[in-house]
Amino acid sequence: MKEIKKGFQSKSVKLIMVLLCFSFVVAIASPIINTEPVYQNIPAKMPEKAIIVQKALTAEEQREQESKDAFLKAYKVFMHPRCMNCHPKGDVPLQGDDSHAHLQNVVRGKDGKGMYAMKCKNCHQDANLDAPETPPGNPHWQMPPADKPMVFQGKTPRELALHFKDNKFTGFKDLNDMIKHVDEESLVLSGFAPPPGVSKIPMSHKEFVDAVKEWIAKGAAVPDK
Amino acid sequence: MANIKVNGKEYNVDATPDTPLLWVLRENVGLTGTKFGCGGAFCGACTIHMDGEAVRSCVTPLSRAIGKTIVTIEGVEDDIAKKVQQAWIEEDVPQCGYCQSGQIMAATVLLRENPNPSDDDINLGMSGNICRCGTYDRIRKAIHKASKM
Repeated sequence: MKEIKKGFQSKSVKLIMVLLCFSFVVAIASPIINTEPVYQNIPAKMPEKAIIVQKALTAEEQREQESKDAFLKAYKVFMHPRCMNCHPKGDVPLQGDDSHAHLQNVVRGKDGKGMYAMKCKNCHQDANLDAPETPPGNPHWQMPPADKPMVFQGKTPRELALHFKDNKFTGFKDLNDMIKHVDEESLVLSGFAPPPGVSKIPMSHKEFVDAVKEWIAKGAAVPDK
Repeated sequence: MANIKVNGKEYNVDATPDTPLLWVLRENVGLTGTKFGCGGAFCGACTIHMDGEAVRSCVTPLSRAIGKTIVTIEGVEDDIAKKVQQAWIEEDVPQCGYCQSGQIMAATVLLRENPNPSDDDINLGMSGNICRCGTYDRIRKAIHKASKM
Protein backbone atom coordinates (compact mmCIF):
# COMPACT_ATOMS: atom_id res chain seq x y z
CA MET A 1 0.00 0.00 0.00
CA LYS A 2 2.78 2.43 0.86
CA GLU A 3 4.43 1.48 -2.36
CA ILE A 4 1.26 2.23 -4.32
CA LYS A 5 0.98 5.61 -2.55
CA LYS A 6 4.57 6.30 -3.42
CA GLY A 7 3.78 5.41 -7.03
CA PHE A 8 1.00 8.06 -7.31
CA GLN A 9 3.10 10.69 -5.77
CA SER A 10 5.99 10.27 -8.18
CA LYS A 11 6.68 13.14 -10.63
CA SER A 12 6.03 11.17 -13.78
CA VAL A 13 2.67 10.02 -12.54
CA LYS A 14 1.71 13.59 -11.64
CA LEU A 15 2.68 14.71 -15.11
CA ILE A 16 0.59 12.02 -16.70
CA MET A 17 -2.41 12.99 -14.54
CA VAL A 18 -2.05 16.65 -15.55
CA LEU A 19 -1.95 15.73 -19.21
CA LEU A 20 -5.00 13.54 -18.87
CA CYS A 21 -6.98 16.33 -17.20
CA PHE A 22 -5.93 18.82 -19.83
CA SER A 23 -7.02 16.47 -22.60
CA PHE A 24 -10.36 15.99 -20.92
CA VAL A 25 -10.90 19.73 -20.67
CA VAL A 26 -9.97 20.24 -24.30
CA ALA A 27 -12.33 17.47 -25.38
CA ILE A 28 -15.20 19.08 -23.53
CA ALA A 29 -14.47 22.65 -24.63
CA SER A 30 -13.54 22.23 -28.29
CA PRO A 31 -17.11 22.24 -29.71
CA ILE A 32 -17.74 25.47 -27.88
CA ILE A 33 -14.59 27.26 -28.89
CA ASN A 34 -14.79 27.54 -32.63
CA THR A 35 -11.65 29.11 -33.90
CA GLU A 36 -12.20 28.18 -37.52
CA PRO A 37 -14.59 30.22 -39.69
CA VAL A 38 -17.58 28.31 -41.19
CA TYR A 39 -18.16 28.83 -44.88
CA GLN A 40 -21.66 27.81 -45.93
CA ASN A 41 -23.59 28.32 -49.15
CA ILE A 42 -21.05 30.66 -50.63
CA PRO A 43 -21.01 30.10 -54.36
CA ALA A 44 -17.77 29.40 -56.02
CA LYS A 45 -18.41 32.38 -58.33
CA MET A 46 -20.26 35.61 -57.48
CA PRO A 47 -23.48 36.00 -59.62
CA GLU A 48 -23.14 38.47 -62.45
CA LYS A 49 -26.26 40.42 -61.52
CA ALA A 50 -25.35 40.87 -57.93
CA ILE A 51 -25.03 44.60 -58.55
CA ILE A 52 -27.30 46.40 -61.02
CA VAL A 53 -26.29 49.80 -62.19
CA GLN A 54 -29.04 51.83 -63.93
CA LYS A 55 -27.69 52.93 -67.24
CA ALA A 56 -28.44 56.56 -67.84
CA LEU A 57 -30.79 57.13 -70.82
CA THR A 58 -30.02 59.60 -73.50
CA ALA A 59 -32.54 62.36 -74.08
CA GLU A 60 -33.85 60.52 -77.13
CA GLU A 61 -34.25 57.25 -75.23
CA GLN A 62 -35.99 59.05 -72.41
CA ARG A 63 -38.45 60.63 -74.85
CA GLU A 64 -39.11 57.26 -76.44
CA GLN A 65 -39.73 55.64 -73.07
CA GLU A 66 -42.15 58.39 -72.09
CA SER A 67 -43.99 57.90 -75.36
CA LYS A 68 -44.31 54.17 -74.69
CA ASP A 69 -45.49 54.82 -71.14
CA ALA A 70 -48.13 57.23 -72.40
CA PHE A 71 -49.44 54.62 -74.82
CA LEU A 72 -49.55 51.99 -72.08
CA LYS A 73 -51.67 54.39 -70.05
CA ALA A 74 -54.07 54.97 -72.95
CA TYR A 75 -54.12 51.22 -73.65
CA LYS A 76 -56.07 50.69 -70.43
CA VAL A 77 -58.88 52.74 -71.96
CA PHE A 78 -58.77 51.06 -75.37
CA MET A 79 -59.09 47.64 -73.72
CA HIS A 80 -61.76 48.65 -71.22
CA PRO A 81 -65.19 47.12 -71.98
CA ARG A 82 -66.71 50.56 -72.57
CA CYS A 83 -64.45 50.84 -75.64
CA MET A 84 -63.45 47.31 -76.55
CA ASN A 85 -67.04 46.00 -76.61
CA CYS A 86 -67.59 47.77 -79.92
CA HIS A 87 -64.17 46.80 -81.24
CA PRO A 88 -64.43 42.99 -81.01
CA LYS A 89 -62.56 40.30 -82.94
CA GLY A 90 -65.56 39.16 -84.94
CA ASP A 91 -68.76 40.75 -86.17
CA VAL A 92 -70.74 40.37 -82.96
CA PRO A 93 -70.54 43.35 -80.61
CA LEU A 94 -69.89 42.63 -76.94
CA GLN A 95 -71.90 43.58 -73.87
CA GLY A 96 -71.32 44.13 -70.21
CA ASP A 97 -68.22 44.20 -68.06
CA ASP A 98 -67.58 40.54 -68.88
CA SER A 99 -67.69 41.38 -72.62
CA HIS A 100 -70.06 38.55 -73.51
CA ALA A 101 -71.51 38.31 -77.01
CA HIS A 102 -74.42 40.72 -77.57
CA LEU A 103 -77.80 39.12 -76.99
CA GLN A 104 -80.39 38.67 -79.72
CA ASN A 105 -77.88 37.53 -82.35
CA VAL A 106 -76.94 41.13 -83.14
CA VAL A 107 -74.22 41.46 -85.80
CA ARG A 108 -72.21 44.33 -87.23
CA GLY A 109 -73.68 44.49 -90.72
CA LYS A 110 -71.89 46.02 -93.67
CA ASP A 111 -72.04 49.58 -92.39
CA GLY A 112 -71.58 48.75 -88.71
CA LYS A 113 -75.19 49.69 -87.91
CA GLY A 114 -76.69 46.21 -87.55
CA MET A 115 -79.07 44.31 -89.81
CA TYR A 116 -82.79 44.00 -90.51
CA ALA A 117 -84.91 44.36 -87.37
CA MET A 118 -81.74 44.30 -85.22
CA LYS A 119 -80.15 47.56 -86.23
CA CYS A 120 -78.32 49.36 -83.45
CA LYS A 121 -80.60 52.39 -83.36
CA ASN A 122 -83.72 50.23 -83.11
CA CYS A 123 -82.91 49.75 -79.43
CA HIS A 124 -80.11 52.18 -78.58
CA GLN A 125 -81.66 55.62 -78.25
CA ASP A 126 -80.00 59.03 -78.57
CA ALA A 127 -79.07 59.12 -74.89
CA ASN A 128 -78.85 56.82 -71.87
CA LEU A 129 -82.28 55.98 -70.47
CA ASP A 130 -83.37 56.67 -66.94
CA ALA A 131 -84.16 53.02 -66.22
CA PRO A 132 -81.98 50.12 -65.10
CA GLU A 133 -80.71 47.52 -67.60
CA THR A 134 -81.79 49.45 -70.68
CA PRO A 135 -79.53 49.97 -73.69
CA PRO A 136 -76.97 52.78 -73.41
CA GLY A 137 -77.57 55.62 -75.84
CA ASN A 138 -75.84 57.84 -78.35
CA PRO A 139 -77.18 59.55 -81.52
CA HIS A 140 -74.63 57.61 -83.61
CA TRP A 141 -74.61 54.25 -81.85
CA GLN A 142 -72.84 51.78 -84.13
CA MET A 143 -69.73 49.68 -84.60
CA PRO A 144 -66.92 50.37 -87.09
CA PRO A 145 -67.96 49.28 -90.60
CA ALA A 146 -67.13 45.80 -91.89
CA ASP A 147 -64.41 47.04 -94.25
CA LYS A 148 -62.57 48.77 -91.38
CA PRO A 149 -63.45 46.81 -88.23
CA MET A 150 -60.69 48.37 -86.03
CA VAL A 151 -60.34 45.32 -83.80
CA PHE A 152 -59.01 46.01 -80.30
CA GLN A 153 -59.94 42.71 -78.63
CA GLY A 154 -56.96 40.44 -78.04
CA LYS A 155 -54.35 42.96 -79.18
CA THR A 156 -51.19 43.52 -77.15
CA PRO A 157 -50.04 47.11 -76.60
CA ARG A 158 -47.42 46.66 -79.30
CA GLU A 159 -49.93 45.28 -81.80
CA LEU A 160 -52.45 48.02 -81.11
CA ALA A 161 -49.89 50.80 -81.38
CA LEU A 162 -48.71 49.42 -84.72
CA HIS A 163 -52.31 49.28 -85.93
CA PHE A 164 -52.99 52.85 -84.91
CA LYS A 165 -50.01 53.94 -86.96
CA ASP A 166 -51.45 52.16 -90.00
CA ASN A 167 -53.89 54.42 -91.81
CA LYS A 168 -55.49 51.42 -93.47
CA PHE A 169 -56.48 50.16 -90.03
CA THR A 170 -57.84 53.43 -88.74
CA GLY A 171 -59.06 55.21 -91.83
CA PHE A 172 -57.34 58.33 -90.52
CA LYS A 173 -55.20 60.47 -92.76
CA ASP A 174 -52.60 60.77 -90.02
CA LEU A 175 -52.20 60.56 -86.27
CA ASN A 176 -53.58 64.06 -85.80
CA ASP A 177 -56.91 62.67 -86.96
CA MET A 178 -56.62 60.19 -84.13
CA ILE A 179 -56.30 63.00 -81.61
CA LYS A 180 -59.40 64.63 -83.06
CA HIS A 181 -61.24 61.30 -82.89
CA VAL A 182 -60.48 60.55 -79.25
CA ASP A 183 -61.07 64.16 -78.28
CA GLU A 184 -64.33 64.89 -80.10
CA GLU A 185 -66.04 61.71 -81.34
CA SER A 186 -69.36 61.42 -79.52
CA LEU A 187 -69.15 57.63 -79.21
CA VAL A 188 -65.78 57.99 -77.46
CA LEU A 189 -67.27 60.57 -75.11
CA SER A 190 -70.20 58.23 -74.44
CA GLY A 191 -67.76 55.61 -73.20
CA PHE A 192 -66.81 57.94 -70.38
CA ALA A 193 -70.46 58.48 -69.37
CA PRO A 194 -71.94 54.99 -69.14
CA PRO A 195 -75.39 54.24 -67.70
CA PRO A 196 -75.67 52.97 -64.13
CA GLY A 197 -74.80 49.32 -63.58
CA VAL A 198 -71.64 49.06 -65.67
CA SER A 199 -68.08 49.97 -64.77
CA LYS A 200 -66.54 53.32 -65.61
CA ILE A 201 -63.28 53.81 -67.46
CA PRO A 202 -60.59 54.26 -64.78
CA MET A 203 -59.51 57.73 -65.83
CA SER A 204 -61.10 60.92 -67.06
CA HIS A 205 -61.57 61.67 -70.73
CA LYS A 206 -59.05 64.51 -70.42
CA GLU A 207 -56.40 62.21 -68.96
CA PHE A 208 -56.99 59.77 -71.78
CA VAL A 209 -56.72 62.42 -74.49
CA ASP A 210 -53.59 63.82 -72.85
CA ALA A 211 -52.03 60.34 -72.85
CA VAL A 212 -52.77 59.90 -76.56
CA LYS A 213 -51.40 63.36 -77.32
CA GLU A 214 -48.24 62.64 -75.35
CA TRP A 215 -47.77 59.32 -77.13
CA ILE A 216 -47.96 60.99 -80.51
CA ALA A 217 -46.02 64.15 -79.58
CA LYS A 218 -43.08 62.12 -78.30
CA GLY A 219 -42.77 60.08 -81.43
CA ALA A 220 -45.62 57.51 -81.26
CA ALA A 221 -43.16 54.93 -79.97
CA VAL A 222 -44.30 51.33 -80.15
CA PRO A 223 -44.21 49.42 -76.84
CA ASP A 224 -41.85 46.46 -76.69
CA LYS A 225 -44.61 43.89 -76.07
CA MET B 1 -98.34 67.97 -75.50
CA ALA B 2 -96.82 66.53 -78.65
CA ASN B 3 -97.91 65.85 -82.20
CA ILE B 4 -97.18 62.45 -83.66
CA LYS B 5 -98.24 60.72 -86.86
CA VAL B 6 -99.42 57.14 -86.41
CA ASN B 7 -100.74 54.92 -89.18
CA GLY B 8 -101.25 57.96 -91.40
CA LYS B 9 -103.19 60.01 -88.83
CA GLU B 10 -102.03 62.95 -86.70
CA TYR B 11 -102.48 62.73 -82.94
CA ASN B 12 -101.95 65.40 -80.32
CA VAL B 13 -100.99 63.54 -77.17
CA ASP B 14 -100.68 64.73 -73.60
CA ALA B 15 -97.52 63.02 -72.41
CA THR B 16 -94.03 64.05 -71.31
CA PRO B 17 -91.20 63.82 -73.86
CA ASP B 18 -89.55 60.92 -72.01
CA THR B 19 -92.72 58.77 -71.95
CA PRO B 20 -92.00 55.49 -73.77
CA LEU B 21 -93.74 55.48 -77.11
CA LEU B 22 -95.32 52.11 -76.26
CA TRP B 23 -97.49 53.72 -73.57
CA VAL B 24 -98.35 56.70 -75.71
CA LEU B 25 -99.60 54.34 -78.43
CA ARG B 26 -101.55 52.11 -76.05
CA GLU B 27 -102.94 54.63 -73.60
CA ASN B 28 -103.05 57.99 -75.37
CA VAL B 29 -103.75 56.87 -78.93
CA GLY B 30 -105.68 53.72 -77.97
CA LEU B 31 -103.83 51.29 -80.22
CA THR B 32 -103.30 48.20 -78.07
CA GLY B 33 -101.97 45.83 -80.71
CA THR B 34 -98.41 46.65 -79.68
CA LYS B 35 -97.55 44.72 -76.52
CA PHE B 36 -95.48 45.23 -73.40
CA GLY B 37 -93.15 42.26 -72.79
CA CYS B 38 -90.07 43.36 -70.88
CA GLY B 39 -89.66 47.15 -70.87
CA GLY B 40 -85.96 46.80 -71.69
CA ALA B 41 -85.76 46.07 -75.44
CA PHE B 42 -85.00 42.41 -74.83
CA CYS B 43 -88.11 40.62 -76.19
CA GLY B 44 -89.36 42.51 -79.26
CA ALA B 45 -93.08 42.36 -78.40
CA CYS B 46 -93.23 46.16 -78.63
CA THR B 47 -91.78 46.39 -82.15
CA ILE B 48 -93.27 49.12 -84.34
CA HIS B 49 -92.03 50.84 -87.49
CA MET B 50 -90.51 54.30 -87.25
CA ASP B 51 -89.60 55.65 -90.67
CA GLY B 52 -89.55 52.06 -91.86
CA GLU B 53 -87.24 50.67 -89.14
CA ALA B 54 -88.27 48.06 -86.56
CA VAL B 55 -87.92 50.17 -83.44
CA ARG B 56 -88.62 48.93 -79.91
CA SER B 57 -91.26 51.25 -78.56
CA CYS B 58 -90.81 50.29 -74.90
CA VAL B 59 -87.48 52.17 -74.77
CA THR B 60 -88.16 54.81 -77.43
CA PRO B 61 -89.09 58.14 -75.87
CA LEU B 62 -92.00 60.11 -77.28
CA SER B 63 -89.57 62.91 -78.17
CA ARG B 64 -87.90 60.70 -80.73
CA ALA B 65 -91.21 59.99 -82.49
CA ILE B 66 -92.01 63.62 -83.23
CA GLY B 67 -91.82 64.31 -86.95
CA LYS B 68 -91.44 60.61 -87.77
CA THR B 69 -93.78 58.21 -89.54
CA ILE B 70 -95.01 55.65 -87.02
CA VAL B 71 -96.73 52.45 -88.12
CA THR B 72 -98.14 49.89 -85.70
CA ILE B 73 -99.48 46.37 -86.26
CA GLU B 74 -102.90 47.87 -86.79
CA GLY B 75 -101.73 49.97 -89.71
CA VAL B 76 -98.98 47.97 -91.45
CA GLU B 77 -100.50 47.31 -94.86
CA ASP B 78 -97.87 47.50 -97.64
CA ASP B 79 -97.63 44.55 -100.05
CA ILE B 80 -94.95 42.80 -98.09
CA ALA B 81 -96.84 43.15 -94.81
CA LYS B 82 -99.96 41.69 -96.42
CA LYS B 83 -97.99 38.69 -97.68
CA VAL B 84 -96.51 38.17 -94.23
CA GLN B 85 -99.93 38.30 -92.61
CA GLN B 86 -101.37 35.91 -95.18
CA ALA B 87 -98.50 33.49 -94.68
CA TRP B 88 -99.01 33.74 -90.92
CA ILE B 89 -102.64 32.70 -91.37
CA GLU B 90 -101.86 29.87 -93.78
CA GLU B 91 -99.16 28.44 -91.53
CA ASP B 92 -101.31 28.94 -88.42
CA VAL B 93 -98.34 30.54 -86.72
CA PRO B 94 -99.67 32.01 -83.43
CA GLN B 95 -100.28 30.03 -80.29
CA CYS B 96 -101.09 32.51 -77.55
CA GLY B 97 -100.45 35.35 -79.96
CA TYR B 98 -98.86 37.80 -77.52
CA CYS B 99 -95.54 38.16 -79.32
CA GLN B 100 -96.95 37.97 -82.83
CA SER B 101 -97.41 41.70 -83.44
CA GLY B 102 -93.70 42.18 -82.90
CA GLN B 103 -92.87 39.08 -84.94
CA ILE B 104 -94.87 40.33 -87.93
CA MET B 105 -93.35 43.82 -87.72
CA ALA B 106 -89.83 42.35 -87.62
CA ALA B 107 -90.53 39.86 -90.42
CA THR B 108 -91.89 42.64 -92.63
CA VAL B 109 -88.67 44.64 -92.29
CA LEU B 110 -86.62 41.49 -93.00
CA LEU B 111 -88.47 40.79 -96.24
CA ARG B 112 -88.34 44.41 -97.34
CA GLU B 113 -84.56 44.35 -97.06
CA ASN B 114 -84.04 40.73 -98.12
CA PRO B 115 -86.84 39.44 -100.35
CA ASN B 116 -85.50 35.89 -100.35
CA PRO B 117 -83.86 35.27 -96.98
CA SER B 118 -82.00 32.12 -96.09
CA ASP B 119 -82.43 30.43 -92.73
CA ASP B 120 -79.33 32.26 -91.51
CA ASP B 121 -80.82 35.58 -92.64
CA ILE B 122 -84.03 34.73 -90.78
CA ASN B 123 -81.94 33.95 -87.69
CA LEU B 124 -80.23 37.32 -87.96
CA GLY B 125 -83.45 39.22 -88.51
CA MET B 126 -85.75 37.44 -86.10
CA SER B 127 -83.61 36.34 -83.14
CA GLY B 128 -84.52 39.50 -81.28
CA ASN B 129 -88.20 38.51 -81.13
CA ILE B 130 -88.85 35.98 -78.41
CA CYS B 131 -91.77 33.53 -78.44
CA ARG B 132 -92.46 31.80 -75.14
CA CYS B 133 -94.79 29.36 -76.90
CA GLY B 134 -92.04 28.29 -79.25
CA THR B 135 -93.66 29.01 -82.61
CA TYR B 136 -90.26 29.59 -84.20
CA ASP B 137 -90.56 26.78 -86.74
CA ARG B 138 -93.89 28.07 -88.00
CA ILE B 139 -92.53 31.62 -88.10
CA ARG B 140 -89.64 30.43 -90.24
CA LYS B 141 -91.95 28.52 -92.58
CA ALA B 142 -94.26 31.53 -92.87
CA ILE B 143 -91.39 33.85 -93.76
CA HIS B 144 -90.21 31.47 -96.48
CA LYS B 145 -93.78 31.20 -97.74
CA ALA B 146 -94.24 34.98 -97.79
CA SER B 147 -90.98 35.39 -99.69
CA LYS B 148 -92.37 33.17 -102.45
CA MET B 149 -95.77 34.86 -102.71
